[in-house]
Amino acid sequence: MQLFDELKTLGQKHIKANKQAQQNLPSGVWLACPKCQQSVYHKDLGRYFTCPNCDYGFRIASRDRVEWLTDSFTEMDQDIETADPLDFPDYGKKIAAAKRKTDLNDSILTGVAKIGSQEFCLGIMDPNFIMGSMGTVTGEKVTRLFEYATEHQQAVVLFTASGGARMQEGIFSLMQMSKVSSAVKAHSQAGLFYLSVITDPTTGGVTASFAMQGDIILSEPHALIGFAGKRVIEQTMHQKIPENLQDADNILQHGFIDAIVKRPDEKATIEWLLEMNQGKAGELSS
Amino acid sequence: MVVRNEPRKGGRIVIVSLFGKKQRTAGEIVAAARDSQKITGTELISELFPDFMEMHGDRLNDDDPSIIGGLAHFAGQAVTVLVIDKGLSAKDRIAKHFGSPAPAAYRKSLRLIKQAEKFNRPVLAFVNTAGAYPAASAEEQGQGEAIARNLLEIAGVRVPILTIIYGEGGSGGALALACGDQVWMTENSMYSVLSPEGFASILWKDASKAAEAAEVMQLTPEALLKANVIEGIIPEPSAHKRFCRNLAQVIQPELEKLTQLPAEELLAQRHARFRKF
Repeated sequence: MQLFDELKTLGQKHIKANKQAQQNLPSGVWLACPKCQQSVYHKDLGRYFTCPNCDYGFRIASRDRVEWLTDSFTEMDQDIETADPLDFPDYGKKIAAAKRKTDLNDSILTGVAKIGSQEFCLGIMDPNFIMGSMGTVTGEKVTRLFEYATEHQQAVVLFTASGGARMQEGIFSLMQMSKVSSAVKAHSQAGLFYLSVITDPTTGGVTASFAMQGDIILSEPHALIGFAGKRVIEQTMHQKIPENLQDADNILQHGFIDAIVKRPDEKATIEWLLEMNQGKAGELSS
Repeated sequence: MVVRNEPRKGGRIVIVSLFGKKQRTAGEIVAAARDSQKITGTELISELFPDFMEMHGDRLNDDDPSIIGGLAHFAGQAVTVLVIDKGLSAKDRIAKHFGSPAPAAYRKSLRLIKQAEKFNRPVLAFVNTAGAYPAASAEEQGQGEAIARNLLEIAGVRVPILTIIYGEGGSGGALALACGDQVWMTENSMYSVLSPEGFASILWKDASKAAEAAEVMQLTPEALLKANVIEGIIPEPSAHKRFCRNLAQVIQPELEKLTQLPAEELLAQRHARFRKF
């Protein structure tokens, strides 16, 4: 028995020592990649915040993405406010907190951007704003972006990241799907190019509307792309779903996206695609 | 049953039948929308149309029976009919995933809508679904893409599309057939961004608070009419024949109005219908 007691005390000492060491280590120095589980030293994520092992792009703020993606960017519609149509309890507080956290008025940043000589309309959803959920303001900003692009004969590039419709705005969130789709249609009928770039995670009403409506659809490596959430599938169907079901690789294999592009290559790829798709029907593009 | 026509803002007609009726809670309306005595899609088709031929297949690789699609006459006019059906027998219900359409069903319906456009037939859609089929197979077949494609393409279809929600109108799965020119709801129906159970479990981590959630969500026909999400409410007596007569009474004049509009005007109105949200 004595031996066991001894071991027990030793163990406790060991744990204690570890705890002290942990306190000395600032949090966020070592991160686990959520996709490949590899431990990564934070500086190894680099400028683009990607996993050096599997190229997964960590969730990043819209404003950070604009920094390395564009050569210039002019923001639009930064003052629209939600009318809180359901008068939902504590929703105002939640919005205020999200605004402070992201420096955005809702879950998307929109504006006119330039990469090289290409000028285009750019929208970037922010997963930090109530999980990038689509409320009335998000829908309005995307719609206005497409309307602006149609009017000014410009292409649209949208980075999606969303948990789906915003619950706190109920049916009005759902209506955004139709509203945006209508604007995308008008843009498309004007013969203009729409590129959607899916980032982790894109689900629900955003997948089921503008994320999947691009002329060309790209995705970042290992982005989660789906309609129904994993838990919903498991609870409704009582079936265990494979880990990679909604991984970009699997979605690519099933034919729903054109290509997977690593974050450091995005800028050049977008510039090239914008150049490739500026032709008009009936005219030979040069 | 009193049926009253009452002109509203924007010249739209609302049929109100709620005089002398007890105010129901949202929870009661949810229960009524899911009632097992509710008319089935197949019965609705046989009551409403003198002739009907079902058309199958999405022309890609599949046919999903949860949306019944086909051609019929309505008041002497050729129409394309799309009905989400929950099924009657156990076998039928399983085949139809209890009225939750798989991607193939949305692709079939879009194919039939495009065909309707080609032959200038109006489209009548009847919706009763808890939502799109949430299965691993549906994900791999591109549920999101199928709905997105419907929303995008229907925004430009040059024939009238009139939708009636006759039970549950669950989220994107319902919207994929409710993004046309008019949406009507029957008295015992609901239309929401998510089921009250799902809503409660996401926001309050407790699915048992569904009744409370139903109240906050404003998913009742009355609340949605007030919010201009729908065109009107159709009275729903328990006798199925009478219910179908009520449906026909609403559909006929509305369809007539819509078919008289020039296509450009129709599309502009459809765009404006959603632009206001």
